[in-house]
Amino acid sequence: MTLKLGIPSKGRLMDKTFDWFRARGVDMGNAGNGREYAATSGVDGLTIVLLSASEIPRELGAGRIHLGVTGTDVVRENLAGWEARVREIAPLGFGQADLVIAVPNFWVDVETLDDLDAAAAAFRRRHGHRLRIATKYHHLVREFLRREGVGDYQLVDSQGATEGTVRNLTAEAVADITSTGDTLRANHLRPLADGLVLQSQATLFRSRAADFGPAGPALAALSARLGIQL
Amino acid sequence: MVDAAAIRAEAGRLRAIFEAAGAQPVEADVLQPADTLLDLYGEDIRARAFVTDDPLRGEMILRPDFTVPVVQMHLASGAASARYVYSGTVFRQQPAGSERTAEYAQVGYELFGGASPAEDDAAVFALFLDVLKPFGLRAATGDIGLLRAAVLGLSTSKARKAALLRHLWRPRRFRALLDRFAGRTPISQTRRAILAEAQPIGPEMTEVGLRSRAEVEARLETLRKDAADPPIDPAELQLLEDLLALRSTCAEALERLGAHAGKMASLAPAVDRFAARLEALRGHGVAPEELLFEASYGRTTLEYYDGFVFGFYAEGRDDLPPVATGGRYDALTDVLGRGRGTAAVGGVIRPGLTAGLRGGA
Repeated sequence: MTLKLGIPSKGRLMDKTFDWFRARGVDMGNAGNGREYAATSGVDGLTIVLLSASEIPRELGAGRIHLGVTGTDVVRENLAGWEARVREIAPLGFGQADLVIAVPNFWVDVETLDDLDAAAAAFRRRHGHRLRIATKYHHLVREFLRREGVGDYQLVDSQGATEGTVRNLTAEAVADITSTGDTLRANHLRPLADGLVLQSQATLFRSRAADFGPAGPALAALSARLGIQL
Repeated sequence: MVDAAAIRAEAGRLRAIFEAAGAQPVEADVLQPADTLLDLYGEDIRARAFVTDDPLRGEMILRPDFTVPVVQMHLASGAASARYVYSGTVFRQQPAGSERTAEYAQVGYELFGGASPAEDDAAVFALFLDVLKPFGLRAATGDIGLLRAAVLGLSTSKARKAALLRHLWRPRRFRALLDRFAGRTPISQTRRAILAEAQPIGPEMTEVGLRSRAEVEARLETLRKDAADPPIDPAELQLLEDLLALRSTCAEALERLGAHAGKMASLAPAVDRFAARLEALRGHGVAPEELLFEASYGRTTLEYYDGFVFGFYAEGRDDLPPVATGGRYDALTDVLGRGRGTAAVGGVIRPGLTAGLRGGA
């Protein structure tokens, strides 16, 4: 039985995660030619499991991996009751992204959630349906808007190219991840002044469900190497 | 934990009492079309109910209550007035960490098309009080109609009153609106600048989406008007605050409400209705000197009650949800009947809880 660490299986998130561990003396990296989903861990008894970033919360929640790296946004969106199922060990300082609610820039009457709510009520009276907000973060956005007391909106699902939904007339506003705001601006959208739902970054999580008994020595070794209590 | 057979037996017993009181038994489908409920309650219902997806019929919701299907059935029947009883399982999502069950039994009694609101409110409440007497519960009552009347009685614009009424159910946003309309929250500098500009939509701004330039301009006009409107009179605000905080016996509440109506004449009809209800309750053997009233009661539950509201709670059992709740919801029938609604008052009991209290659980 080894200590299993889930890491995003491709792209910048994987490379940056490897860099983060290497900078702390854990010689981690892709095995083979880089297309094979296997990695070397650099610590005895530590196995790297390469997974889609969006599946890491589920695997942590079920205790099939002990540790995992993914964005806080993905954990909070996809793992119901996440606080009881995982613990945040350390933010890794990359993969920063804000989940924001954005509206067309020419809506000069809508600066805040309070305005969005009033505009949604008027929109519904005029168009006969609720104001549509395109997103893939249904739970986070709904919970945020409920807490803030916004009504007369509906969420429509958008798994990609969300900023294009307004132009395509399938939504009036969006709730999406942005880091620089360039994509929003290019699509004539602007975040609301108080529309920040969540600030996310790549984070190391520890499962509360996994059995750590047999993985103890590897956990201690990794803790010592990183200088972090895991 | 009370076993399923005991709950079924208790539901049957409660149902028989309502039938004996003259109610006609009705049923409702477990799978309800999602559209109607989403239109009524908005996206929040997705976090409170179970939404399922049928590949052909689209989204369906496991019934979170019987009220909507029973109203629809009554309106479709064309009957002028009727009393119904129903009994069955309802489904509600529970928050993470909650030990409450996601499905539970409900027995309900609804009265439609009654001629006298005061008498009907009193009769329904007295019936529930009688049915629940063996359990020694604490009764709570409120009146959403009074709150609505107090908002409508403010000397301010129609737009402001409509905004406040829309958020009667969301205390936090209601408070934010009140602060703004009272002049306690200043208008932001950006907003002030935009309202002062002749062409606030600059030539560099590309219009995208279904919400048109005309709609943006219309709302800017509303905002300009609102910025020019004087703040709500502090005395009226105080009156509204006092009303929201009112908690006493019904008899004392009536005295204080009378004093409020002296200062805000538009409150008088709602206070008269309150007084008539108390008189009717007395006629049913319920003493207003002993019945508690909380003006804000019912403000955080599902937003369909618009008049008298009530609930019954097990003393010293804050861990339990209310054993019974009910109230008047004429406005909901208007929405479902597209303007052809009816008078409606009723309530529900959770036999799982009464069975438990009976067994000393």
